[in-house]
Amino acid sequence: MDALTLNRLHFAFTITYHYLFPQLTMGLALLIVVLKTLALRTGDAHYDLSARFWAKIFAVNFLLGVVTGIPMEFQFGTNWSEFSRRSGGVIGMPIAMEGIFSFFLESAFLGLFLFGHKRLSPKAHWASAFLVCTGSWLSGFFIIVANAWMQHPVAYHQLPNGVFEVSSFWPLMLNPWAWLEYMHTMSAAVVTGSFVMSAVGALYVLQGRDGNYGRTFLKVGVTAALISSAAQIFPTGDMHGKYLAKHQPAAIAGMEGLFHSEKGAALVVLGQPDFEHEKIDNPLAVNKVLSFLIYGTTRAEVQGLDQTPRDQWPTTLPLLFYSYHIMAGLGTYMVGLMGLAGLLLWRGQLYESRWILWPILMSFPFPYIATTAGWMCAEIGRQPWIVYGLIRTSAGSSPHVGAGTSLFTLLGFLGMYSMLSILFIVLVYHIIHEGPQPHDHEHGGQSLSAV
Amino acid sequence: MGVLWFSIVAFMLAAYVILDGFDLGVGIVYLFVAETEQERQLTLRSIGPVWDGNEVWLLAAGGTLFFAFPLVYASAFSGFYLPLMMVLWLLMLRGISIELRSHSHDALWRTFFDGVFTFASVLLALFFGAALANVVRGVPLGTDNYFFLPLWTNWRTGANPGILDWYTVIGGVLAVIALAMHGALYLAQKTEGALEQRALRFAGKLWPAVLLVTAISLPATVLARPNSLANYRTHPLDFLAPILVLLSLGVIRQAIRARKPLRGFLGSCVYLAAMLSGAAAGLYPALLPSVGSAGQDLTVARAIASPHTLHIGMVWWSIGMLLALMYFTLVYWLFRGKVSQHAEGYGH
Repeated sequence: MDALTLNRLHFAFTITYHYLFPQLTMGLALLIVVLKTLALRTGDAHYDLSARFWAKIFAVNFLLGVVTGIPMEFQFGTNWSEFSRRSGGVIGMPIAMEGIFSFFLESAFLGLFLFGHKRLSPKAHWASAFLVCTGSWLSGFFIIVANAWMQHPVAYHQLPNGVFEVSSFWPLMLNPWAWLEYMHTMSAAVVTGSFVMSAVGALYVLQGRDGNYGRTFLKVGVTAALISSAAQIFPTGDMHGKYLAKHQPAAIAGMEGLFHSEKGAALVVLGQPDFEHEKIDNPLAVNKVLSFLIYGTTRAEVQGLDQTPRDQWPTTLPLLFYSYHIMAGLGTYMVGLMGLAGLLLWRGQLYESRWILWPILMSFPFPYIATTAGWMCAEIGRQPWIVYGLIRTSAGSSPHVGAGTSLFTLLGFLGMYSMLSILFIVLVYHIIHEGPQPHDHEHGGQSLSAV
Repeated sequence: MGVLWFSIVAFMLAAYVILDGFDLGVGIVYLFVAETEQERQLTLRSIGPVWDGNEVWLLAAGGTLFFAFPLVYASAFSGFYLPLMMVLWLLMLRGISIELRSHSHDALWRTFFDGVFTFASVLLALFFGAALANVVRGVPLGTDNYFFLPLWTNWRTGANPGILDWYTVIGGVLAVIALAMHGALYLAQKTEGALEQRALRFAGKLWPAVLLVTAISLPATVLARPNSLANYRTHPLDFLAPILVLLSLGVIRQAIRARKPLRGFLGSCVYLAAMLSGAAAGLYPALLPSVGSAGQDLTVARAIASPHTLHIGMVWWSIGMLLALMYFTLVYWLFRGKVSQHAEGYGH
């Protein structure tokens, strides 16, 4: 493999792994604020203990998010130095702002939130949870602004030496693409957080332990999961798709497997794209729906891949097609599951309906898979550009970092992240097993030394 | 504008070295001064609420460098590829060992994570010191403003250096012992009793070594990069930095003798700031000096982003920094004083 391919794999692997953690922490941060608010409103101690329990899981995920996140900032320079040199004047801005406006806020108040339970009044402790949530949501925003500029560059000048600079601040921050992407991404983070919370709730209820907590987790989790997974499809997914069709027609054609422009285009629900013969094998398609979804009328013409010159087709098209279909398929399943669970919750039957608690418990990986697939759509769909229409990916990597060097560190990351995964699973399993109720042996470390 | 952004980046890096420096230093001396389980828990609690925030300075400084000097960011990060990746892996090991230790109920695993914590802290300090020495010595920039450094060549400075040579090894060693002393003093002022005394004694033992290597590093720098005194000749005020280095070392010595760890720690902060200012004063206007004949120094003027971009940056940077300083003041004020045995956090 050449250095370019390895650099792409390097970034793809490290960013995919990294984003497993922030999607949970951003979603969970909001749910912890909900639990803290319930505690403050009702004065019921079990909400406060619930929040403390989720704060432990949050802290582990936050830590892994931080240590796997630092490599993301560094890799712009290490593996993509030409991209950094030319676009640092633009995307360096949101990246620096992320550090200064959100990481400082998040880390300072996380320290207060985790270590300050006794030092702070209940209201101040609520405020620290709220500020951790604000910090993490701000951090998501700045990263999305950077990504949105790569997807849909706005508010820039090109200087004679090929370097880009910001022409004005607010249009960069108000890039419509950024706001659409942000809503879709944050709603997805809430989906992940709430599915995980519901799954732990289902586990406790099914096991017949910590029943009170299990029911609270189910109540808060299922409600949030229903709202957020519905919002993933409408309005956020819908709006994002329409904007994508307007500005990256090749990406949407690749996602849908539409080779030829068509009036009244069909939506392919299932099928296997054959890129040599430019057709879909075994298609399960619904007539005219694609035109309707994008343009709101069944007669509209949808641009196919044939409208884009071959050298500007997204690379790895099959992966684009499948990741879109996995995202959309799982998204639909998640709305269905939580719709049903929400109905049972409303009618007061959820906690006794073991047949639905099982799928709720088992479905927690799906938001992670759907989110990863969604990001693959965005990033593969943008190819062959690193900055859409301005810099090709092939022109972005570091000229003096060889293939062997890149492979060496890719293998290093594979090894390191395998180890982190094992430790992470052991740790989270341990926290879930221990449960939210305070145990005597929690102070084992201290009593041991006292002995 | 150029000198302003050069100072901003230098300030943020100095903040990183002073703040994350003390928790790295605590990691270095951890195994040597904290003997019982209770002392180890107290030691970790002394940095628990703050170490993560301290590390953010590295990210914020990196982001600011990316934005204000994209060319230096691109050149330095791709050129120092291998050591940077190792720093990333060490940061992971260190962070995860602090967290995992607090969740381990088994003494065997706690011992293991203690070892990982100290190992990663020592190596990080060594790498950071060597990295700074690499920047001071200069790198073999090509005509395209890029370079790629092997980990080592013949251990000599000159036109074909490696990441590690005799000069950068001195830088690495100095960083390890100076941060160890910094961390021991921090720990002493955060704790009481036997732990405080042991940390203070450890800092006292390190002091002569810090003095010696600091004294060696000054002529070594002139040898490794002969024109590093050029700015000092034209701006005699720059000599304030080495004078402050000596004064602060004196204050530290006196504070250790008088058993005033807080004063010693503050002296150590001044020492680190003065060392870094001295290096920055010698570098300016270069951000990354060139060795060999092919390339030119990456100077402020050549690497800086466009003035319009920087004007926008000045506005949000000032607001953001003001907010960040407020958060830090709040956190350090709330967690001021000695850590007590019954504090919350690690060990629960």
